[in-house]
Amino acid sequence: MKTFDYIRPATIADAIAASSEPGAAYLASGTNLLDLMKVGVARPDRLVDISRLPGLDRIERLPDGGLRIGALVRNADLAHDPDFCRSYPAVAEALLSGASAQLRNAATVGGNLLQRTRCAYFSDPFSACNRREPGSGCDALEGENRLHAVLGWSPSCIAVHPSDFCVPLVALDAVVEIEGKRGRRELPLEALHRLPGDAPERETALEQGDLIAALRLPADATAFAKHARYLKLRERTSYAFAVVSAAAALDMKNGRIRQTRLALGGVAPKPWRAHAAEETLAGATPGEAAFKRAAEAALADAKPSGDNEFKIELARRIIVRALTLAAAGAPQRLPALPASPFSSVPGARHDA
Amino acid sequence: MPFSISLTVNGVKRNVELDDPRVTLLDLLRERLDLPGTKKGCDRGQCGACTVLVNGRRVNSCLALAVAQDGADVLTIEGVARGEELHPVQAAFIARDGFQCGFCTPGQIMSAIGLIQEGQAGDDPERIREAMSGNLCRCSAYVGIVEAVLEAQKSLTDAGRRDAA
Repeated sequence: MKTFDYIRPATIADAIAASSEPGAAYLASGTNLLDLMKVGVARPDRLVDISRLPGLDRIERLPDGGLRIGALVRNADLAHDPDFCRSYPAVAEALLSGASAQLRNAATVGGNLLQRTRCAYFSDPFSACNRREPGSGCDALEGENRLHAVLGWSPSCIAVHPSDFCVPLVALDAVVEIEGKRGRRELPLEALHRLPGDAPERETALEQGDLIAALRLPADATAFAKHARYLKLRERTSYAFAVVSAAAALDMKNGRIRQTRLALGGVAPKPWRAHAAEETLAGATPGEAAFKRAAEAALADAKPSGDNEFKIELARRIIVRALTLAAAGAPQRLPALPASPFSSVPGARHDA
Repeated sequence: MPFSISLTVNGVKRNVELDDPRVTLLDLLRERLDLPGTKKGCDRGQCGACTVLVNGRRVNSCLALAVAQDGADVLTIEGVARGEELHPVQAAFIARDGFQCGFCTPGQIMSAIGLIQEGQAGDDPERIREAMSGNLCRCSAYVGIVEAVLEAQKSLTDAGRRDAA
C-alpha cells in the first residue's frame, strides 16, 4: 500500500479545506477504500478521516415529514431503526441483503453511496480499465463479463454499480445533501452517479472536496410503506453482490395502483430507475399481465455487453416477482433471508 | 510522522506509537500487541477470521485503520474467558463441535458474541446462518457452529434471567 498523510479534522469546513487538492480522499469506515488501497487501485496521498465529524450520525424526522439520515450513520443502525424499517421497508431489506453483519456494523450511508464497482478488472491494477486508468482500455469487454451491464454501458466501460441500498433509494427519489467549497447544495440521488460514456473515470457528480453530509427521503416516500420490497438474485444464498436486483414500491388504493416506483440493481453502471415501466402501471390492476408489460418497458433498451444476455430476461422476471411481492404487501418482519428469492413468502411464485 | 493513539484492549489501556498510518487494527493486534488469536485470513473483509468487537460491535479488523480507532474499546478472543472459565460461546463451540482446524474459530466466536448482543436473530437457525454469513469455515463446520450459537445464546439468556432475578 502506498503511504499517505492521515489527518482528522474537527469540523466539516476543515475537512473540505483539507481535501480540496487532488490526491486527497475522505475516509469514513474505510471498508471499501482501505480494501482498494491494499491492492493499489486507490492510491490517495492524503486520507481525511471524517468519522468523528459532529452531527453526521443522526437519523432525524423532518418537520415536512421527510427523513434525514446523516452520512455517518452505520448501515446496521439504519436498517434496524424501527421508524425507518416501518416507513421504508424495501430500503431496510436492501441494506440487510448487502455485505455481512460485520461490514454493515462499520460501513456508513455516505460510503455506501460512493462505493466503487466490483468489476474484477477495475480491482486488478494489472488489467486495462478505463475507469481506473483513463485511456488504458477495457479488459472486461473480451473477458469474464457475464455479470456486467446490460443497460447504460458504453464501449469504454461495462461495469455495474454494486450497491443494494441505492436501488430502493433511487426509486423513492432520495436526495443527497453535499457540503463543498461553495457551500451546501443538494442533488437527486439519481443524478449523483454518472453513466460512463467516454469518461468512465468520472463516476459521480461530486467535485474534489465535496462531502456527502446527509441523505434525505422525501415525505411522499412513505406512501409506499405498505407495498415495497427488494428482491436480489445472487450466485449464493447470502453475502454476495446482486446478479440482478429490483426494488418495487406500489401506492395502492381500492385494489388499483396509483403510483409505482421501480429500480434495478446489478444491471447498469448506476442504480437504474425504470421510469417508463412505472408509467405503464398507473391505474392498473396489479397482476402478472400488468407486471410483465412493465418489465418489458424496463428492459426495452437493454443489450448485452458480453456473455450476459441472460441478465435481460432474468431482470424481467425479477421485476415481475418484485412487483408481485410488493403488491402482496411488505411483511411485518423482514424474512430470515432478506431480499432472497429463496425466502418463502405466501403467494410468491418461484418461477415468476 | 508518528501517531500516538490509545486503545482499551481486553480491558487494558494501551498507548501505542504508530510510525506508519497504514497499519490495520488486525496487524496492530497481532504484530505489535502480541495478540495473535485474531486471525488474518483473506485480509480483504471477505472471510471474517479477523472479527473483533470494537466498542461492542463486531467488525472486520483487517478493514479498519488502527490510527482511526484512537480511543476505541477493543475485545479480542484473548479477552473473552474469565481466567480458566471459558466464555459460554467458547464452551458451546467445544460442546457442539463447531470447528475442525480452528483457524476461523476466533473470528466465528467473536462474531457469535456480537450476534447474540445484537439480539436480531432469535432462535431461528435460518436467521443465525444469515447473521453468521460473514464468517467462512473452510472445514465446513457450519452445522456445529449454528448449534453452538443457539446453545450459547440460550445459556447467556438464561444466565441473564438469573442475574436479573
